[in-house]
Amino acid sequence: MPIVVGFVPTPEGHAALHRAIDEARLRGRRLVVLNASRGDALVDSRYASASDWATVQQTLADSGVEHEVSQAVEARDPADQLLRVAQQTNAELIVIGLRRRTPVGKLIMGSSAQTVLLEADCPVLAVKAAP
Amino acid sequence: MDGINALLEGFGTALTPVNLLYAFLGVLLGTAIGVLPGIGPAMTIALLLPLTFSLEPTQAFIMFAGIYYGGMYGGSTTSILLNTPGESASVITAIEGNLMAKRGRGAAALATAAIGSFVAGTIGTLGLALLAPQIVKVAVQLGSPDYFAIMMLAFIAVTTVLGSSKIRGLASLGIGLLIGTIGIDPTSGQQRLTLGIPELADGIDVVVVAVGLFAVGEALWVAAHLRRQPVEVIKVKSARMSRDDWRRSWLPWLRGTAIGFPFGAIPAGGAEIPTFLSYATEKKLARHPEDFGKGAIEGVAGPEATNNASAAGGLVPLLTLGIPTTATAAVMLGAFQGFGIQPGPRLLDQQSDLVWALIASLFIGNVILLALNLPLAGMWARLLHIPRPYLYAGILFFASIGAYAANTSTFDLWLLLVIGLLGFFMRRFGLPIVPAIIGIILGPVAEEQLRRALQISNGELSGLYDTWFSKAVYAVALVLLVAPAVIDRVRARRGEPALAHSHANQEGE
Repeated sequence: MPIVVGFVPTPEGHAALHRAIDEARLRGRRLVVLNASRGDALVDSRYASASDWATVQQTLADSGVEHEVSQAVEARDPADQLLRVAQQTNAELIVIGLRRRTPVGKLIMGSSAQTVLLEADCPVLAVKAAP
Repeated sequence: MDGINALLEGFGTALTPVNLLYAFLGVLLGTAIGVLPGIGPAMTIALLLPLTFSLEPTQAFIMFAGIYYGGMYGGSTTSILLNTPGESASVITAIEGNLMAKRGRGAAALATAAIGSFVAGTIGTLGLALLAPQIVKVAVQLGSPDYFAIMMLAFIAVTTVLGSSKIRGLASLGIGLLIGTIGIDPTSGQQRLTLGIPELADGIDVVVVAVGLFAVGEALWVAAHLRRQPVEVIKVKSARMSRDDWRRSWLPWLRGTAIGFPFGAIPAGGAEIPTFLSYATEKKLARHPEDFGKGAIEGVAGPEATNNASAAGGLVPLLTLGIPTTATAAVMLGAFQGFGIQPGPRLLDQQSDLVWALIASLFIGNVILLALNLPLAGMWARLLHIPRPYLYAGILFFASIGAYAANTSTFDLWLLLVIGLLGFFMRRFGLPIVPAIIGIILGPVAEEQLRRALQISNGELSGLYDTWFSKAVYAVALVLLVAPAVIDRVRARRGEPALAHSHANQEGE
C-alpha cells in the first residue's frame, strides 16, 4: 500500500513531492514517484530533465523514506499512467500538484489533475505550490 | 546598372500592402516550419502550391521566397536551443550553438545567428540582383548541349555531394528520373510507363509527387517512430549580443557569406559542404581556437551566414537558367511550371516584374525576419511543444486537399498514397529525398534538351560535347566526382579524419 506521487518539474510538482515525503514518513509507507510523458511532442516541459530528476532522487535519498522512482514515455496520458501505477501497486494515496488553470485552457487542453481526481480508486491529495 | 533600376522597380511592386502581407505571411510560416524538425521549406511550398494557383504568381512567389529564407532562420533556433537541427543546413550550427546555449550564452548564439543570417542574406540577395542579369546575357547564347551539360552537372552534384552514400543518391535520382518519364513522350507522342492507365498519360503532377514524397512520406515515417523521449529545450527569452560578441562575429559573417554564395550559385548545390567549410575556416582562423568545442561564437556566426548566403546563391541558377540546386528550388521550379511560366534565361526578360519583385521581397523578408527573430526567438521554440499527431494530421489533411485540388481527381489521391509509401521506404532505407525530387522536376527538361541536341547533331553523340562551354561543365562534373575520393585518400594518408558527411536521411535544404 504505497503512496504514489505524480511529479512534474514545476513549483506545484515540488510541493507535491515534499508533501508526499511528509505523508510517507507519517504513515510509514513506501513512496512511488512517477514522471510521465506521452512522448509525442519534441519537447515536453513536464518531463523532468536529467538534472531535475537527479535533484528529485537526491531529495528522496535525503529524506530517508523508502522509495521507488520511474520515468515513463508511453502512448497514454500522464494522468492515465499515474492511475495505472496507483492501481497496480494498490496505492493507499495519490499525491498530485495542482495549478491554476483558466477555464478556456482547461476546455482545450483538458486537465490531468481532474482526470486523476475523478478516476482514482483511492483518496487523492491535491497540493498547491507555496505562494 | 539596369539591374539596380529594375530592382528599385521591384521594390515598388513588393512594397504594396498586399504583397507586403504575403511576404510577412511567408516569413512567418517559414520560420515556424524551420523551427520544426522534419518539416522543411520544400514540403511547405509543395503543400501550398495548389492553394496559391488562385493567386497572382507574383504574390505566390513572394510568399515562397519568404518561406525559403524563413526556413533558414528557424532552423538555427532549433539547432541552438535543442541540439536537433531543424534543417540539414543547420547541422553545423548545432555543434557550437548548443554548447553556447548550455553555458548560458544562448541569447548571444541566437543573436549572432539571426544577425549573421540577415547580413549574409542581404549581401547574397544583392549578389543575386547584380549577378543575375550578367548570367542571363551569357545564358541566352547557350544551346541545348550546354543546357544538358549543366543539368548533368546538377544531377551529379546533387547525388554525389549531398548525403552519405553515392549509390543511394544515384538510386534516388533514378527513382526520380523514372517517375519523371511517366506520361506521353513530348517528341514522339508515345505513351511511356503508363501501364495502360489513362490518368497517367498526362504524367504525374509535380504537386502530387512533391507532397507525397515530402509530406506523406515524412508523416508515415514520424508515425512509425512516434514515441520518443522528450528533448530538453534550453530556455532563452530573446536574442542579444555584447560588444565583444559583435567584435568576434562580424568577420565570420562576411567570410561565411563569401563561402556560401558561390557554393549556392554553382549548380553543385546544398548548404552542407559550405557550412562545414566555413566552420573549418573559422576554427583555423579563430583568435581563441581553444574555445571551439566549448561553444565558440565564431562557430555559429560563420556557418549561419554561410547557409543564408548559399540560399540566396541557390536562386541564381534557378532564376537565370531554370536549374534548381536544392529541393526547395526544385519545388519552386515546379511552381513556375504550374503557373505556366517557362523558367530559363528568358525569365528575366519575359517576367521581369515578377523576378525583380521576388528579389526585392527577399530584402524585405530579411528585414522582417530579423525583427521577428531577435525579440521572439524564445517564443518560436514553444512551437516544439505541439504534439506531433496534431501536426502531422494537419499536414496530411493539407496534402490530401492539395493532391485532390491539383486535378480534382480521386486517382491522384491513390497516387499520393503510393508515392507517400515510396517516400516512407526511401527514408527507411536511407535514400535521400532531394535527388529524387530534382530528378522528377529537372528530368523531363533535361530529356527535352538532350533530344533537341541530338536532333541538331543528327544523332551524333559528339553533338553533346562539341561546344567549349559543355566541355568545361563536364570537366567540373568530373572534378566533383573525383575530388572527394582524392581528398579522402590524401587525408587518410595524413591520418586526418575523412570529411564528415552528415545525414543521408535529412530532408534537403
